[in-house]
Amino acid sequence: MRKPKNGGVWMILPLYLFTIAFVAGPLIYVVALSFATANEGYGVTWSLTTANYTRILEPVYMKTFVQSFQLALTSTVLNCLIGYPFGYYMARLPDKQKKRAMIAIMLPFWVNSLIRLYGWIIILQKKGMLNHVLQSLHLIDKPLKILYSYPAVVIGMIYVLLPFMVLSVYSSAEKLDWSLIEAARDLGASGTKAFWTVTFRLTMPGLLSGIILTFIPSMGLFFIADILGGNKIVLVGSLIQEQMTRGSNWPFAAALAVILLVMTTLMIALYRKLTNAKKLEGMGWE
Amino acid sequence: MKNKLIELKDLTKNFDDQQVLRGINLDIYENEFLTLLGPSGCGKTTTLRIIAGFEEPSSGEVLFNGIEISKLPPYKREINTVFQKYALFPHLNVEDNIAFGLNLKKVDKSVIAQKVGRMLKMVGLEGFEKRDVTLLSGGQQQRVAIARALVNEPKVLLLDEPLGALDAKIRKNMQSELKKIQREVGITFIYVTHDQEEALSMSDTVVVMNNGEIQQIGSPTDIYNEPENRFVAGFIGESNIIEGHMLQDFLVEWDGFRFECVDKGFPENEEIEVVLRPEDLDIVSPDKAQITGKVISVTFKGVHYEILVETEYRTYMVHTTDYAEVGRKVGLSLGPEDIHVMWKMGAY
Repeated sequence: MRKPKNGGVWMILPLYLFTIAFVAGPLIYVVALSFATANEGYGVTWSLTTANYTRILEPVYMKTFVQSFQLALTSTVLNCLIGYPFGYYMARLPDKQKKRAMIAIMLPFWVNSLIRLYGWIIILQKKGMLNHVLQSLHLIDKPLKILYSYPAVVIGMIYVLLPFMVLSVYSSAEKLDWSLIEAARDLGASGTKAFWTVTFRLTMPGLLSGIILTFIPSMGLFFIADILGGNKIVLVGSLIQEQMTRGSNWPFAAALAVILLVMTTLMIALYRKLTNAKKLEGMGWE
Repeated sequence: MKNKLIELKDLTKNFDDQQVLRGINLDIYENEFLTLLGPSGCGKTTTLRIIAGFEEPSSGEVLFNGIEISKLPPYKREINTVFQKYALFPHLNVEDNIAFGLNLKKVDKSVIAQKVGRMLKMVGLEGFEKRDVTLLSGGQQQRVAIARALVNEPKVLLLDEPLGALDAKIRKNMQSELKKIQREVGITFIYVTHDQEEALSMSDTVVVMNNGEIQQIGSPTDIYNEPENRFVAGFIGESNIIEGHMLQDFLVEWDGFRFECVDKGFPENEEIEVVLRPEDLDIVSPDKAQITGKVISVTFKGVHYEILVETEYRTYMVHTTDYAEVGRKVGLSLGPEDIHVMWKMGAY
């Protein structure tokens, strides 16, 4: 191979500088911060301590992690169940309808997500649209109390993250060569069997990246829990935000952030191990 | 003698408001290499997909051993397919691809290994068991696709333009190899192609299709030598097609010339079309022939020259190994057996 000329180094230098300044730097700062001690009032004392990490082990904070994890898991499972068929059928639509479906999915992104979440308050509140519709259909006697509850947060999570799941499954299913399914049927597989042995196997990369794209944010999306969950549901994301602002305890917030980062990195590592081991991605089929 | 295996009876197929098959009647026999030949959009692939079970006919019947199967799903038919782009499963290796059908049938592992080994040997890929199918060459993928279909011991193998994606040299090799495999396994092959040379060199029976209809069914020799109409004559090989009259049995007339021929059974003075294959025409001196003209172009084609001879009425294409320079006055000689008389298109 030809060695790059010296000029090449200068060409990519801005990229290095940018990465150091805006990615590595803040990260190192956060990690360093997590070993510092918060002052009374404002600022930190740079004395090396693991107190912030041992504090996370306290039941109240452990409970927050568990709760976040549960919520993330619930919304991810529901996202899979709704998003997979959605993305799959979208990929099978005729071209014209495919484009329309794509626009329908992208449209909400043009409106700020906070505003869209406030829209859900209008729908879910006691005298809101949902209760109104259900009551006029005589499906319920008295209004459901959905807003400021666990289900409301799950609905919000799914609402915000579903497009990522749909698009990720879609891109995988779109690449699928449909003659493979015909081949499976030709070789003796019923429709269901062909789906599980071929279609599902080959769209798994899309599903897995969809899981990553929805699970990781749902660990940290504090504003959904804040807006739709009232103060009842405390997530790791909300906890970090709380400690940064009202609690003024930056070192503890940093420690929480580091743990969250480690957890999500492990998730991605697991994903890469799964996909590499089974050779599900980057295959040369048309 | 031979048993009928598949009967297509008056098959039609509409996609939306487009009719792609307009009444296909075809008998397919055991142990036959049958080719559906025609230009793209002629309905050959649709016919194949109906036999495979991927499409249902709009009307008509598909009989398999005398039993109507047009509503039967593909996985219940004793028919397997080799797809145009092979459609190998990218997540499985060579061995697992071939074993796919047997695994579904829950065949014993040791039996599977044995059968897969035998198939690989037949298609010349011994030792390829653990290879990644996505890293094989086109020709090798093709062989895996054939092995994957044949390992299920179908009664019929359908091949949808299987050599279309291969380059010329490998295609030639695969042609003779496919023919060899067909003789070896002794089952019916139904082969779809738009390549007339491929169809003529491999098949027992050629079915020429156009516009959703069968134009002619016959052996390669019949199809080439006795085309039934202008379409078949034009599609298969090159030809001079001339309008004329059948004066009586064994006597045909065009451009005022009368020729003896070997065709009969046409009404007297029937308007017909005559096919003259370029290689059947000979260039002679003008005083030795009825048809005379002037050479207007000579093209060297490797084995022969393609010479265009312009006469008072029309231009004839001649393939000959003799050279004749442009501008020379020549005569065209032809014998009774060089003349093929056809019904005019649309006359039946």
